[in-house]
Amino acid sequence: MCMGSLRVQKRLIGQGHHPYPIAHTLSEAFPETATDAAAVGFVLARLPRTNAPVLWVQDRLSRKEAGRPYLAGIGTDRPLIMVDLSRAADVLWAMEDGLRCKALGAVIGEVWGDPPALDFTATKRLALRSEAADVPCWLIRRAASPDLSAARERWRIASLPAAPHPYDAQAPGLPRWSLDLFRSRRRAPGQWVATYDGSADRLDLSAPVRDGAVAAGDGTARERAAG
Amino acid sequence: MERQGNAPPDDIPIVLAREGHHGPVIHAANRAARLNGINPGSRVVDMRAICPELQVEYADPAGDRAALDRLVLWARRWCPWTVRDGESGLILDTTGSDHLLGGEAAMLVEMETQLSLLGLSAQLAVAPTWGAAWALARFGPVRSVCGSDEVGVKLGALPVTGLRLDGETVLLLRRLGLKTIGAVMDVPRLSLTRRFVKAGLEANPLMRLDQALDKLAEPVASVDAQPRFRVQSRLAEPIFDPTPYLPELCENLCEALKQAGQGCRRLHLTVYRTDGDVSHVDVATSATTRDPGHLHGLFRDKVERINPGFGFDLITLEAGSVEEMHERQNRLDGGSDDDLHLTRLVDRLSAKFGPHAVTRPVLRESHVPERAEGQVAALAAMAVAGEAPAKERPLRLFDHPEEVRVLYAVPEGPPAQFIWRRQTHRVARYAGPERIAPEWWKDRPGTRLRDYFKVEDQAGRRLWLYREGLHEDGRGGDPRWFVHGCFA
Repeated sequence: MCMGSLRVQKRLIGQGHHPYPIAHTLSEAFPETATDAAAVGFVLARLPRTNAPVLWVQDRLSRKEAGRPYLAGIGTDRPLIMVDLSRAADVLWAMEDGLRCKALGAVIGEVWGDPPALDFTATKRLALRSEAADVPCWLIRRAASPDLSAARERWRIASLPAAPHPYDAQAPGLPRWSLDLFRSRRRAPGQWVATYDGSADRLDLSAPVRDGAVAAGDGTARERAAG
Repeated sequence: MERQGNAPPDDIPIVLAREGHHGPVIHAANRAARLNGINPGSRVVDMRAICPELQVEYADPAGDRAALDRLVLWARRWCPWTVRDGESGLILDTTGSDHLLGGEAAMLVEMETQLSLLGLSAQLAVAPTWGAAWALARFGPVRSVCGSDEVGVKLGALPVTGLRLDGETVLLLRRLGLKTIGAVMDVPRLSLTRRFVKAGLEANPLMRLDQALDKLAEPVASVDAQPRFRVQSRLAEPIFDPTPYLPELCENLCEALKQAGQGCRRLHLTVYRTDGDVSHVDVATSATTRDPGHLHGLFRDKVERINPGFGFDLITLEAGSVEEMHERQNRLDGGSDDDLHLTRLVDRLSAKFGPHAVTRPVLRESHVPERAEGQVAALAAMAVAGEAPAKERPLRLFDHPEEVRVLYAVPEGPPAQFIWRRQTHRVARYAGPERIAPEWWKDRPGTRLRDYFKVEDQAGRRLWLYREGLHEDGRGGDPRWFVHGCFA
């Protein structure tokens, strides 16, 4: 069965299902491989469309292994405030401090591995602060195992082969990602294949299980019979 | 300057020596040595002959100078304008400050008490001019106080060495029979002028005399100007931790700033230690502020870095980079300003992690990817905003491009297979090349051009790959391949 495409920004937030508007909260994203930028792309696609600055906190290993956010690729509509730190405890401190500031559009943190500082209590604090300030908070965790956490949504994100390029057969087109929402407090977990159109800032979701493609010769005999 | 703690007993003759032209000469001598007839400036071997039990230590002029420089700052507990005078003196401009300590005589007693508590012996004098104070302190009576109308009388009896002249000029004056300053004053000005017309200030007794008699101005140029906003807290006894006093100091300072309609961007916390030293802690804010709670919070982790020594009894808090500041209110109900919260967040982060950790990337005018992005301070005004490039750029960029090992190359386009980070990637699709030439006005000669490709491997990961150089471009061997970034 084909689910068709959904406008994620509108539908996933859930307009009719909840009696009250859902505040922004803490979400975790687990990239499949450390160098995969799909998680960053997904996080950026899910940020609210405002011009408020984004606080982006990185620890040293994330910066070294996965690079730094590149402004020319991200776009300049939201100013970034980068904080480069060495320890995971400092990253959590800076994120928590940033969530006290309601002027921010989002707080994004990158933590490498499973440091002891990033336990259930730390994530619970981040989630409560994020909901109190109504600022979305994303924790991108590379080379990490999804242990106990208070994050309200937890995603596992990987790159898929891109959509075909409209004009160039050998070039990759719009990026596609496989999204796996394996824990969520608000809605049923699920798996999707997302296609992201950066120029329109539009994220289309479709269920990964769908009907087989229509073969080239299917239906031709009946057409000929009808004709 | 000898500290009481490590000074030897006073009955042993001991001298400090420095290197002279013909072996060590005596730099300073203690009282017992001076009584034995040992004078500074003579050679150590000669003085050993006079006094066989003489003990010799080497002097540390640079250390003395540094200690005196710290003492200059410490002396600002009495008056705001202090400066080091030569190698062995301090000049304090106490105009308007003496009445705070009960008059000039009482002030000198207080100064001598405080200095002797540090183990320093001091010769003090109050005089209207720098030169007169210099002479009276060294050659005059103990703690002499000289009014502005009695300078000539008091200086007259002092020897000519009190005129701050170099040794040759003093010798010359002595040979001329002018042994006291009064004798020099009695010489007609015209003859003195004619005699010393070409001499510099150090060798000119007339100019030195004019300075001492206030006919030639000699202002006290303080080390750094006194900040306008400063609060202090005098403590009954020495303490080690200033934390309990900080909130009140911050409130008082912010109250003073508010009265003047000013805000500050720097704060200097200074503690005056009982062992004659001062310790500083400085904090800075990214925007002008006068919020006591916020300023107090910036000191949170820094107070521990104060070296308290044996404790301190005076804390001062000074506001630096004072600027005009107007209260802003952007909501009708008197609500807070969003910008203000952001500046405070940046302040907190910069205070904890250092200003270099908190930056803002901005675009710059360059085609070379690593130069297209620059780092500025988080809240700095944008000078020149570059435009985003028209071509697609990756979301992540590596600080240092990582070289890949090519397994299977094809003549055109990117390699068909390569090893990056010990994993084999097979290129399924690619876009490119985008050729970026080196910037000849910045790069060294011989820098190779780059051909960038966006490649997608078999698992769907999209990388930004570039080839450095061309085959046989005369700039090194075979071209090498690098990974420079990751696309979403």
